[in-house]
Amino acid sequence: MKRREFLRRAGMTGLAVAGSGVGAGLLHDPRGGDQFFRDVQVAAAKTLPSFAVDSGSSAVAMAIARGTDAGAMVRAAIGEMGGIARFIRPGDTVLLKPNVAFDRAPLLGATTSPAVLKAVAELCREAGAKKIIVADNPINQPEGCFFKSGIKAAADEIGAELMLPRRSSFEEVKIDGEVLGTWTTFYEPFAAADKVIGIAPCKDHNLCSGSMTMKNWYGMLGGRRNQFHQAIHGIISDFPHMVKPTLVVLDATRVLMRNGPTGGSLSDVAVGDTLVVGTDMVAVDTFG
Amino acid sequence: MRITVVRLISQIFFMGLFFFFCFVTQFSYLKGYPVSIFLEVDPLVAIATAITTHTLYQGLVWSLVLLIPTLFLGRFFCNWICPYGILHQFTGWLFNRRTITENIDSNRYRKVFALKYYILIGMGGAALFGSLQIGLLDPISLLFRSFTVAVLPTLDMPTEWFYVRPHVHQLGWVVGFLLFFLIGMNLVIPRFFCRVLCPLGATLGLLSRFSLWRIHRDTDKCVDCDLCLQRCEGASDPHTNLRKSECFVCFNCIDDCPHDALSFDFMPDLKGEVAGPQISGRRAVMAGLIGALSFPFSRRSGDVDELFKKEVVRPPGSVAEDAFLERCIKCDQCIRVCPTNVLQPAMLEGGIEGVWTPIMNMRTGYCELNCTLCGEVCPTGAIQKISIEQKLGIGQFTDLGPVKTGTAFYDRGRCLPWAMDTPCVVCEEVCPTSPKAIYSREVEITNRWGEKVVLTRPYVDPEVCIGCGICEHECPVQDHRAIRVTAVGETRSKERSLLLGMSGGQEGCCGGGGGSSSAGGGCGCSSKKESSGLLQIDATESA
Repeated sequence: MKRREFLRRAGMTGLAVAGSGVGAGLLHDPRGGDQFFRDVQVAAAKTLPSFAVDSGSSAVAMAIARGTDAGAMVRAAIGEMGGIARFIRPGDTVLLKPNVAFDRAPLLGATTSPAVLKAVAELCREAGAKKIIVADNPINQPEGCFFKSGIKAAADEIGAELMLPRRSSFEEVKIDGEVLGTWTTFYEPFAAADKVIGIAPCKDHNLCSGSMTMKNWYGMLGGRRNQFHQAIHGIISDFPHMVKPTLVVLDATRVLMRNGPTGGSLSDVAVGDTLVVGTDMVAVDTFG
Repeated sequence: MRITVVRLISQIFFMGLFFFFCFVTQFSYLKGYPVSIFLEVDPLVAIATAITTHTLYQGLVWSLVLLIPTLFLGRFFCNWICPYGILHQFTGWLFNRRTITENIDSNRYRKVFALKYYILIGMGGAALFGSLQIGLLDPISLLFRSFTVAVLPTLDMPTEWFYVRPHVHQLGWVVGFLLFFLIGMNLVIPRFFCRVLCPLGATLGLLSRFSLWRIHRDTDKCVDCDLCLQRCEGASDPHTNLRKSECFVCFNCIDDCPHDALSFDFMPDLKGEVAGPQISGRRAVMAGLIGALSFPFSRRSGDVDELFKKEVVRPPGSVAEDAFLERCIKCDQCIRVCPTNVLQPAMLEGGIEGVWTPIMNMRTGYCELNCTLCGEVCPTGAIQKISIEQKLGIGQFTDLGPVKTGTAFYDRGRCLPWAMDTPCVVCEEVCPTSPKAIYSREVEITNRWGEKVVLTRPYVDPEVCIGCGICEHECPVQDHRAIRVTAVGETRSKERSLLLGMSGGQEGCCGGGGGSSSAGGGCGCSSKKESSGLLQIDATESA
């Protein structure tokens, strides 16, 4: 055997040996699997920034409008709060979070009224919002929910982007509540947004008795949501830890009085003709 | 332009059209597209369902559009229109590493090509008694099923193009590997599926027996070089005595003949042609016998009646089980269009006859209350085209009540409030009927520590329950749910009714009269359908 060939062949084998050693070293996991260590998960989890606007302690925290014209009510209530310019700056990307949990027609009161959503979106546009995102992770099939609730049509009319809860839209988010530590969350719209406005219908709920602006954030969570009922009150009180919205709107134009949260019959719905806007979810829901 | 170029354009067009229809068979894009048209022009589907049901369901009359030209021209469908044939031709061409002589030899007729006629005869034998099995190998059904169950979910994994929430399909790997195997066989025998297995090809082969236009070989010009076999798709022996039943009318032989000895002629001399498919009478009788015997053997296994499985929860609007097996061609378009992924291709749940037919699996999805898309796309009426009013039992259907697919039952040994003193009732929350079929009672119990706690425990009202299964789908006891929907109480069958007062169901209209094979076709309710199936409930009607 020639010396050159000996060196070449021995060198190849040597490289393969060294390669296996380096590979094993890089891949070696002495702890035995990250997925079993909660601290690793928590460290990797994202946090949501506060979307609230600081307007000083004397600023109006809540306004109530009554009437039959959704657009006028939204304008009046937000006007009382100091106008939309207090909340939305020109160039902002605004996330509107309606409750579109169920595949229901708007009149059935199980979902946010498209008229209210549209009125809020129009105000945001007037304040110079660059982009408006509408997003929710419904319980029923998402496309059907957005279509039948009329929310898709409203979003299309105003030129807002409808963000559907696709698999890749979810991230682990640190919530730090009493019940929820980190949870799989519909993160993509939050990541894109500068301001967040929650727009929730006022509904009966079989377990919580009422579903309003705080429970609305349930719709931004993913994962095993069906475990939440085991501690539903704790979960709902964790939502203010998770999201600090710019503004919440309680849409009581039509109120689902019974058979909630799904409803399904016009006889379950009462006309409320009321709209509440506020920066403090607890205050708004207490009024509701 | 050469005729083979025209053919290629036609193939690209129809393949594209198939892909397009496959993509739009989905909640957001369906609109009014005639997505079932490939199945509706398929004469095998039309003839076989006509044998089982003695009727031609709605759009299946379009099959004449294909059947009549075949009587004139022969099996042109196989090489001009059939998307599955095009897929095989394309992949066979793509992976072909044969030399010219090897190509010529690979395109000679082989005796095994007669197998497709025996398959057709066997399936025909079963169809005579009302067991429709052609869908197992009908190329359009097979391709659509492969796309629905295996290809689209695969493509969706990296791209998220097809589903918002990813769909899963049980035994997708079987369907996927079957597709892979059949495509792979092109390397062994070109157009393996089309030449050896395809029952539609066999049907068209039989129909082309008397066609007026045929490939004609001018024996004065022919030098017996066999070059016409180089790219002969059907292996129909144009170099010697033509086998018209095997000819795909691809025109490659005419293209490849260096001496212009071949032409596609009107009424050429039939002398020297192999008339009709070469099948042996004894084998044909045997195939027919096997098919015919499969009916009593499988029916007397009891899967349709006494031993029906609780898992066989059929989609809303399905006709009674025996009529269902007369109609379902296992194309799985319903599974493709189902927005929630509740529909799954059955393996043996519905018995050997029900392989790949749709059943509802509440772990993967639930039946969306205001949705009737599955019936909308069903080309054969196994799932009837019902309206939302009819499904919900409102408006003019109030007296009939809603269409029930089954009934939900609690497993109190697994239910959190019942077995583990833990609050839950997610099932009640998501129950879509008004009033809810699931209701609850508050009870004060003493827990294991001696503390008094108030619990909400759920119950099912079987009169209101429609068997949609969203309760089971949302139940947090993930593996074996604490509430489960089974087929009993379904509207489509009197035999499977649950409550005495409700055994009438929607009889007289679609889905009723368990046992009648005429439950489809001309029933009046199908004329009131909404074209898209996406009807919104009109407020005045739900009031």
